[in-house]
Amino acid sequence: MSHIVLEDILYLVLLIGLSIPLGIYMYKVMTGQKVFLTPVFSPVEKGIYKIMGVRDDEEMGAKQYALAVIVFSVICLIFLWGLQMLQAFLPLNPEGIEGTSWHLAFNTSASFVSNTNWQAYSGESALAYLSQALGLTVQNFVSAAAGIAVLFVLIRGFILKKKTTVGNFWVDLTKTTLYILIPLSLIVAILIASQGVVQTFSPYKDVVTLEGGAVQTIPLGPAASQIAIKQLGTNGGGFFGVNSAFPLENPTQLSNLIQLLSILLIPAALCVSFGKAVKDSKQGRSIYSAMMIIFVLSLVAVTVSEQFAAPGFAGVTASASIEGKEVIHGMGTSALWATATTAASNGSVNSMHDSFTPLGGMALMFLMQLGEIVFGGVGSGLYGMLAFVLLTVFIAGLMVGRTPEYLGKKVEPFDMKMVCLIVLTPPLLTLLGTAAAVIMPDAASWLTNSGAHGFSEILYGFSSMGNNNGSAFAGFNANTIFTNLTGGIIMLLVRFIPMVAAIFLAGNLAQKKTVAAGEGTLSTTNTMFVGLLIAVIFIIGALSFLPALTLGPVADYFTNH
Amino acid sequence: MSKIIKVFRPAILCFVVMTLLCGVIYPGVVTGIAQAVFPKQANGSIISVTLNDGTKKDFGSALIAQEFTKPEYMIGRPMGTTNLSPVGEEQEKLVKERIDWWHALDPNNTADIPMDLVTASGSGVDPNITPEAAEYQIARIARERGIREDAVREIINKNTTGRFLGFWGEPAVNVLKVNLGLDSLL
Repeated sequence: MSHIVLEDILYLVLLIGLSIPLGIYMYKVMTGQKVFLTPVFSPVEKGIYKIMGVRDDEEMGAKQYALAVIVFSVICLIFLWGLQMLQAFLPLNPEGIEGTSWHLAFNTSASFVSNTNWQAYSGESALAYLSQALGLTVQNFVSAAAGIAVLFVLIRGFILKKKTTVGNFWVDLTKTTLYILIPLSLIVAILIASQGVVQTFSPYKDVVTLEGGAVQTIPLGPAASQIAIKQLGTNGGGFFGVNSAFPLENPTQLSNLIQLLSILLIPAALCVSFGKAVKDSKQGRSIYSAMMIIFVLSLVAVTVSEQFAAPGFAGVTASASIEGKEVIHGMGTSALWATATTAASNGSVNSMHDSFTPLGGMALMFLMQLGEIVFGGVGSGLYGMLAFVLLTVFIAGLMVGRTPEYLGKKVEPFDMKMVCLIVLTPPLLTLLGTAAAVIMPDAASWLTNSGAHGFSEILYGFSSMGNNNGSAFAGFNANTIFTNLTGGIIMLLVRFIPMVAAIFLAGNLAQKKTVAAGEGTLSTTNTMFVGLLIAVIFIIGALSFLPALTLGPVADYFTNH
Repeated sequence: MSKIIKVFRPAILCFVVMTLLCGVIYPGVVTGIAQAVFPKQANGSIISVTLNDGTKKDFGSALIAQEFTKPEYMIGRPMGTTNLSPVGEEQEKLVKERIDWWHALDPNNTADIPMDLVTASGSGVDPNITPEAAEYQIARIARERGIREDAVREIINKNTTGRFLGFWGEPAVNVLKVNLGLDSLL
């Protein structure tokens, strides 16, 4: 057990240590300052603007910005949808894989465009190399970049005074991709390829097994390049079906550490960027602390459950729960990964979450149900968290009877309406999706486990799609017309309603003048505020999900003890 | 409406540029570098052995488990993923079947079976077992092959990896490499 504590400490130290310089770097990039990569990428950047016919000083209003995001995403969706259905007729398909069904292709497109990466398919058997590289890898980049772009729109809302514009989407998207995502992905891709993650366009390799002499097919593909951005962009969609549990996707302990760090690196660093951008690092620090506290609490809960609530069998040595976990990663880094991937809206796995102990699985589910704001998705996690901050400021303001304000901006009815859209859309759609699924007549046939754990599979699935996470209790057979369609629609709504709300919130905030902090201004940087923020997050999450969690993992725990 | 048309042009061009950049150039560059610098790793870590007659034979991937069932070989974790709840009835039944299988394979061995030998992995093709699970099988392998236990243990030790930095991850024994060693192929 003691080495597991060391594992967790090493991880947190590296994460915090790396997030600070990266946060400062990203702040500089997004505010147009010179960075060390400027000489290299500036000509490329200018060329891209030229091709697009965009001027980098041309600003957009909130409506225009939101329209650009939506139109761009629709184009991505349609292209990706068509690409998968037509892959049988296209090149770079050495295994001759058939086109996918229209509903599976829709689900996968919606999933990758919305930065969810829910996967109702298995990569090695369902998708050609072309679909993976030209389709999915691209969406891994641009959906992440769109999230970061919108975060900076909201940040500008706090900084700008009496302005009607919030930035330029094409410029934000290009800068994020070029200066942040591509360089980091290159580094991570090459590091993990050195460990044994495959990266080739050659066909799958057939080998003959030693004992039986049977033919075994080793799946290959351009995996390392996709896996790097899958982790860094909180996408999470595996190149292979079982994601980073698959040894060719995550072969060694070092590759496991690198990928784990990549899951939370950018979301954590953005807290630092936020503090820098609003010229008050303490504001960033208090949000970072709130996220970190919830993360560590969850990590302890998951690890303790996997260690001490593990089942024992007569004639077998006692052990932590290792069903569904790889030997080299062990329970320790599997629990750490599971917590990180559900805290961030990443959704990649290095062990099977369906086989976590009931209360361990519940903690993972609850982290998603909080709305993917504990680090959360790149960009989307922090703009979601800022909505919770405004909600907390608002509630505190009501308690003392003052107009609430945050970073010098008065929080008024329109702002709170947008906050409600950001905060309440995910739980609403999660519960509606779960409810719709369980009343389907053949729902039971989609499940692997019976009883309360079977319900947990459905609840986990819709919590994952309804919060743009993408991981699964993989015993749930998701490739049905019902789940592909409802899930696809839910993933799109839960991504774009809060995203557009955040842009409009920013537009409204930018128009306001700032007021100087006075005697009665609530401090948003002290311990009490961090505590209050965490309380608000837990109360909203618990009020929304306690009944469902009781029917699922809690009942599972009590009926099997 | 005209506003929507106005936004379509940059949107389509942006999509094309991003697809080229992230979907063609980026994976191309990574493939080029990986194939040049780490060709073995980038192509599936295939174990290639030169046989006595000078021909080369591929015996599998060092990272992907093969199924072994014969008593003279080291046997790995159950193949395939189950996605079962670890505390559910289905799992309990399945684990009991696996325990009986191990006892039938080696009735003399009355030691407790290490947990990883009776539980499925996440990938379904976990190439490794714990050192305890390897130790559990040494006596049987030595007996079946008529060799000393120390000889088996030596092969196992050669194919065991420790924890990264001394505490990150778990020690592991690569089953395929051990079996290739036992057959004097590696």
